[in-house]
Amino acid sequence: MSALYEFCLRMGDSTLVLGHRVSEWCGLAPVLEEDIALANTALDLIGQTQLWLGLAAEVEGSGKTADDLAFLRDVWDFRNALLCELPNGDFGQTLMRQYLFDEWHLGMLKALQGSSDDRVSAIADKAVKEASYHLERSRDTVIGLGDGTEESHARMQAALDYLYPYVGEFFIADALDDAAAKEGIAPELNSLKAGYDAAIAATMNAATLTLPESKFAHKGGRTGRTHTEHLGHMLTNMQWLQRAYPGASW
Amino acid sequence: MSKEWPLWEVFIRGQHGLSHRHVGSLHAPDAEMAVKNARDVYTRRNEGQSIWVVEARHVTASNPSDKGPMYEPSESKVYRHPTFFDIPDDAGAM
Repeated sequence: MSALYEFCLRMGDSTLVLGHRVSEWCGLAPVLEEDIALANTALDLIGQTQLWLGLAAEVEGSGKTADDLAFLRDVWDFRNALLCELPNGDFGQTLMRQYLFDEWHLGMLKALQGSSDDRVSAIADKAVKEASYHLERSRDTVIGLGDGTEESHARMQAALDYLYPYVGEFFIADALDDAAAKEGIAPELNSLKAGYDAAIAATMNAATLTLPESKFAHKGGRTGRTHTEHLGHMLTNMQWLQRAYPGASW
Repeated sequence: MSKEWPLWEVFIRGQHGLSHRHVGSLHAPDAEMAVKNARDVYTRRNEGQSIWVVEARHVTASNPSDKGPMYEPSESKVYRHPTFFDIPDDAGAM
């Protein structure tokens, strides 16, 4: 499989899975304003998914569509980062997951604006504005809740302790990542790490939260080697309609 | 202390050259979040170029029961409308 195809899946599956997770809040968020904001974020991510998986389908060249890739692949074919598939937990955990993702996402998209592939840089140009806003919002919320009440602080620290072991995966390259970097499609994953680490250290400091010391990183989502038990449950929900009524449309 | 976030009034300017218009209100913990919430709640369909928010408690409103003394005296002063001038034809549309 080509490095470009695989790279598009890794981007598009992460935005798809996170977008679906965030959409699970629709109608359930603690206040109306946050409910709408989360729905907006979810829609941005799904919109980006259409672009990434659309390009993946085009590159693959067997006549599949973005919808086919989203709704007709099974869990072992997904290439999203594990962080994206973790459950929402409470509102604080959702926003901590969003922040940890957004900080990586924005750095990646900025690098992709210089991609050797025009289609990739065009997607990045569009997505970078959305991601900038997502990051601004999630960062402010993480700081506000971390440096908030005793209860919100404790919840945010618990969320960080739970989620932090999943961020390392963003920077661990396999042969396909190396091939994408070599072709100039995408940056070396490791080149984004110093900026990311500095940014989250500054944010957690402002949020009065403590980054876990362990550098252990769960991995396997982006390569498809292994997902958490949560993704399959999510997909049964997300893909149910196309599975039960193949080809249904509106 | 109330656990409810304060109420903010939201003003959006649709395009350059127009003035900001009141579009509604929302709750937010502080001014920065009020701007963000306004962006998410009131500009989803490309309505805005600029957002102002002001905490509702800072808005001073006239009292509805003062309607008589406040507004009725101007009803009879038609001469305050500039409608009594003859505009020369070559001045064009005013």
